[in-house]
Amino acid sequence: MSAVGASGGSPLLAVRSLTKLFGSFAACNAIDLDIQPGEIHALLGENGAGKSTLVKMLFGVLAPTSGQILWKGEPVRIPSPGAARRLGIGMVFQHFSLFEALTVAENIALSLSPGISLSKVAEEASRLSHLYGLPLDPKAHVADLSVGERQRIEIVRALLQNPELIILDEPTSVLTPQEADRLFETLAKLKAEGRSVLYISHRLEEVQRICDRATVLRHGKVTGACDPRQETPASLARMMVGSDVASVSAAGTNTKGDVLLEARHLSVPARTPFAVALKNVCLKVRGGEVLAIAGVAGNGQGELFDALSGEYPVPDAGAVSIRGKAAGNLGITARRLMGAGFVPEERHGHAAVPALPLSDNLVLARNQSDRKTFLAGGVLGVIRHAVVRIASKRISETMDVRKSGENPAAGSLSGGNLQKYIVGRELDRQPAVLIVNQPTWGVDAGAASRIRQALVDLAKAGSAVLVISQDLDEIFEVATEIAVISEGRLSDAYPAHELTREKIGLLMGGMYGKTEGEVAHAH
Amino acid sequence: MGIIEAILLTVITAATPLVLASLGELVSERAGVLNLGVEGMMVMGAVLAFAVTQATGSPYIGVLAGIACGALFSLLFGFLTLTLVANQVATGLALTILGLGISGQIGEPYVGMSGIKLQPIAVPLLSDIPFLGPLLFRQDIIFYLSIALVFGLNWFLFRSRAGLKVRAIGDSHASAHALGIHVIRTRYLAVMFGGACAGLAGAQLSLVYTPQWVENMSAGRGWIALALVVFASWRPWRLLAGGYLFGAVSISQLHAQALGIGIPSQFLSALPYIATVVVLILISHNRRMTLINTPASLGKPFVPDR
Repeated sequence: MSAVGASGGSPLLAVRSLTKLFGSFAACNAIDLDIQPGEIHALLGENGAGKSTLVKMLFGVLAPTSGQILWKGEPVRIPSPGAARRLGIGMVFQHFSLFEALTVAENIALSLSPGISLSKVAEEASRLSHLYGLPLDPKAHVADLSVGERQRIEIVRALLQNPELIILDEPTSVLTPQEADRLFETLAKLKAEGRSVLYISHRLEEVQRICDRATVLRHGKVTGACDPRQETPASLARMMVGSDVASVSAAGTNTKGDVLLEARHLSVPARTPFAVALKNVCLKVRGGEVLAIAGVAGNGQGELFDALSGEYPVPDAGAVSIRGKAAGNLGITARRLMGAGFVPEERHGHAAVPALPLSDNLVLARNQSDRKTFLAGGVLGVIRHAVVRIASKRISETMDVRKSGENPAAGSLSGGNLQKYIVGRELDRQPAVLIVNQPTWGVDAGAASRIRQALVDLAKAGSAVLVISQDLDEIFEVATEIAVISEGRLSDAYPAHELTREKIGLLMGGMYGKTEGEVAHAH
Repeated sequence: MGIIEAILLTVITAATPLVLASLGELVSERAGVLNLGVEGMMVMGAVLAFAVTQATGSPYIGVLAGIACGALFSLLFGFLTLTLVANQVATGLALTILGLGISGQIGEPYVGMSGIKLQPIAVPLLSDIPFLGPLLFRQDIIFYLSIALVFGLNWFLFRSRAGLKVRAIGDSHASAHALGIHVIRTRYLAVMFGGACAGLAGAQLSLVYTPQWVENMSAGRGWIALALVVFASWRPWRLLAGGYLFGAVSISQLHAQALGIGIPSQFLSALPYIATVVVLILISHNRRMTLINTPASLGKPFVPDR
């Protein structure tokens, strides 16, 4: 009665032309997927490919716009996570919902039905954690645990519901390699028991290592279904990032200027247990160049931005130079005064104060670099509101920021419009050096192209632009040079026209160093 | 009765209202609600307990009236901060000012009237133990209740499922909501428990400590109770110890005067707050202590997504 899966049997879970629209944007477009009992099924794709949207629909967090979900051949509706759990679907989220002040056993007990005593929960959790090789101390406080241990709690919590299908969303993105190896052993045990696993990842190596089948998503559509063991990393990468090798647009001018931004052997130890250490990062950006840094989230992008912008200065002054002057030990304001501009990743609360109007956000960012223009009264520093408003209006007009009213609170703007304003705020100064982290993250297509155009134009005017991005389309649109960051190490920068998506995909997947051989092998 | 015994008895009487009021606040804060209205709820409990005792002639009915009054008064705070999502700090301060005002109004006819004291109940056999007997087992019902509550709450918070939910809400109301725990309902109950305890503490003041009504008779004990919760790092056992320490310090002003020891009384009355500051510094020094002991969502309003 139900569709027959690739390996012949009746699938545990089947998805038929499942679609999710956000407005007119199709996050998932007619997705078909079969998961057989007892298989580890990989869901591969770049950021924004629709993986998370798909699993959120499977776990009852989002409602599909159209299409069908079949559980053991029967059409089902999954209105809530509770309903998904009752069917036999468990999920381990990428960001955990744990109570830090409570113990492991208490955290687990809270998600179980009432009537089970705490000591019983501790016993059961302890038993399960040993059975699946997930060592956990039920009495430990979550606040004291590593990310890997926290993930184990989530897994044990899911296992206590005895699920037939376990969905893991990017489970290794927060794990050390040793922790990841442990997780793979656990997954093998689950598979041996006949449970199915839906494994979401963009790391090709581990997908090839542990998964039986793979479904590849790109731009909300299924672009391939395969046995990852029969594929090469290159062929998987091609499916993931698209077989069409981009027609590269060299954005900058051909005349290369001086080196305006440079990092020399920049090493920064990890500030928190969850941060990535930067290891011997070297980069140079000349005037007229756009250097794009590609990489999978959490490989040191945030840390690199912090070190380059001066949000966290480094002791070695020479590790970062701006316009030829050592700036490593200087803070953000000092670096701004040297002619640099910065756009951090998070719009709300980092690049802008959501509750304050746009004009105040403008003063907050530029009160030192534009002191003479924006402030009056010498040491008193009285804000010249009229001047600031004119500047704010100029930025809005240049960047086509659509807003309600003349000077609304930053938080009331849509993500795309606020991002245009924030980027425009820096561009308005005509900085010699601009460093942008994820310039178009979560921004609609129109705003994204406006922002990218502005970055390219700035480089054409002779500035050095450094863009950190996870979006390969974006990188190929704006970059003249491309480097890839992986586990805190930065690859050499290649001219954009010399790189293919395949090669970047391999570098991103942590296959740094093996690239040449692997790619050659694939052809 | 020896002098030491007499002094210890006054310490117990001084510590009991502090322990009670702060126990209530501890539960409220464990659920993530900061209620700065303890002083107001306490003084309301005191005046109602006194008035009802005068009307009925029974201090026991007076005690019940004090409890009910504190709980009802805190319900006002709950409605404003939980349902209408008003700022907890401002609302708590307003509650204190309101309580001090209304109690003065209600209590006006009772000023100078001699009260009816809640009589001690001697526990058979145990009260005959030399020294300890008269101290611990020839006390009034409110003292026994205060000790029972410390035991009970320690069990409730750290052993029972309901208590676990209270702590979970205080740690992260968003996660608790996602798990299907009723955040607002639980917070209402916690706030009302806090009010009831403050009302009982007030009843102790006007029926045991000084069995009469004096305007503003809570005399800053509500603020000491608030400091005590932090001092105890939100744990009932430490709170009991801290309550007796603070009680001893506050009563020592009188004894020091009587014995002619020249310590400025202002210094002694400031001691509980100094001790609290020291404890806060010690806690905040250690990130782990802070994470595990402080309710992370304390004072933050919760508005569920619809």
